[in-house]
Amino acid sequence: MTLSFRVNGRPVTVDVPPGRRLLDLLREDLGLTGTKEGCGEGECGACTVLVDGKPRLACLTAAIQVEGRDVLTIEGLAASGQLHPLQEAFLATAGVQCGFCTPGLILAAHALLAENPSPTADEVREYLSGNLCRCTGYEQVVEAVLRAAERRR
Amino acid sequence: MDLPEIVRPRDLADAVRLTGEGGKPLVGGTDLFVRLRKGAERPPFLVYVGELPELRGIHETEGGVEIGAAATHVEILSAPATAQLPILRLALATIGSPALRHMGTLGGNVVNASPAGDGLVPLYLLGAQVNVVGPARERSLPVEEFVLGPGRTALQPGELIRSLTIPLPRDGAHPYFRKVGRRQALLIAVASLGALVWVEDGAVREARLALGSVAPTVLRPREVERALVGRPLTVEALAELRDALSSAVRPISDLRASADYRRRVSGNLLLDLSSLASG
Ligand SMILES: Cc1cc2nc3c(=O)[nH]c(=O)nc-3n(C[C@H](O)[C@H](O)[C@H](O)COP(=O)(O)OP(=O)(O)OC[C@H]3O[C@@H](n4cnc5c(N)ncnc54)[C@H](O)[C@@H]3O)c2cc1C
Ligand code: FES
Ligand code: FES
Repeated sequence: MTLSFRVNGRPVTVDVPPGRRLLDLLREDLGLTGTKEGCGEGECGACTVLVDGKPRLACLTAAIQVEGRDVLTIEGLAASGQLHPLQEAFLATAGVQCGFCTPGLILAAHALLAENPSPTADEVREYLSGNLCRCTGYEQVVEAVLRAAERRR
Repeated sequence: MDLPEIVRPRDLADAVRLTGEGGKPLVGGTDLFVRLRKGAERPPFLVYVGELPELRGIHETEGGVEIGAAATHVEILSAPATAQLPILRLALATIGSPALRHMGTLGGNVVNASPAGDGLVPLYLLGAQVNVVGPARERSLPVEEFVLGPGRTALQPGELIRSLTIPLPRDGAHPYFRKVGRRQALLIAVASLGALVWVEDGAVREARLALGSVAPTVLRPREVERALVGRPLTVEALAELRDALSSAVRPISDLRASADYRRRVSGNLLLDLSSLASG
């Protein structure tokens, strides 16, 4: 099956088996290994990417569902080599430890700030509720998102 | 992990034909892909109906709102037409996480027919109709007749849900929705209660209740609904009906909670309706 869509701003056309998951398409076929597989069943959020700016779980998405759409992965945030303000904020607050959850968290936070540029701490917690992190305890993550929101204003 | 082959139908008639040939409809995939991964089913191929215009869109009809089966939870929550259905919005806002609400659909929630289905609770309360298309004809049936049991519906081979028609409730209904579970996010209910209550001069004039996760399907405890009429929404008055509600439910024990706990939680949720009196 031939599939065309945009990933991180670049148009791509790939030939994939007709039952390919988006997660495998990104990681295996396109080499974009920043998107992680945690649970594979929608419970952890590690595989979160943005499709047309909206958060989606790549483990529960078929490749065919992004045909003609715009996919943003973590690699697309610092495409120019310059870290995105969210990435800088996560580093500054120690919102990153082992880093496995980080790409998903940052992309979910990116979608939140697009919808709501000045969220409260509770709104951040609520929006990121589908993203599990086993290291940080979440406080630093919330702080990072609030800090990035402030810097963008 | 690879999924079965997925095909994209040209139009609704093509989708009906492909479904008739054994293809399994796919929309958000948030239930289906989890089931496929667990090996719970092995359909020969999937039919991606999520982008068919005939299954999308949310609009007002005479006396109600019609919601396309493939409308996502987020689309429904933000559609102007559903402002008149606060109970629907309250329930859908509790589903999963933002990503899951962007992916999942009301049609998928209905066909999944989970006793815990948060979308089903308001549909039972509002008396929604399920509009079905098939190879021979279209038909429409009440949601309570559509859902037959856990994961079982009245869909015949080759049939698809096209849309849901939701009648507007009479003015003045107080909406209530609450689910009890073990984790805030992605909370699959251990028990849930949705209600529409009309109050006049301090007493209940009409009450509709729907409980999730406490029976093989969402349940309307109609005797308790009738017994509520004429009572004030006080904890004391509601407590008198707690036993009646606990015996109306038919819970099972599973990984998430025991039957006995579910029975008790349902009774306690009933008392929480007193919060409507101040609202
Ligand atoms: C981590 C996680 C958390 C969740 N949390 C909740 C929650 O809190 N509350 C809740 O209620 N649910 C929850 N769910 C379940 C699920 O997200 C919802 O039921 C969702 O609404 C399903 O919609 P979908 O479009 O993804 O369905 P799909 O997975 O695409 O389809 C589900 C089933 O319906 C069939 N189907 C879909 N559309 C049609 C149609 N138009 N005609 C005929 N058949 C059709 C499919 O063939 C399939 O059998 C959760 C799921 C996950 C993975
Ligand atoms: S890997 Fe997708 S949600 Fe866990
Ligand atoms: S930093 Fe390790 S899981 Fe979040």
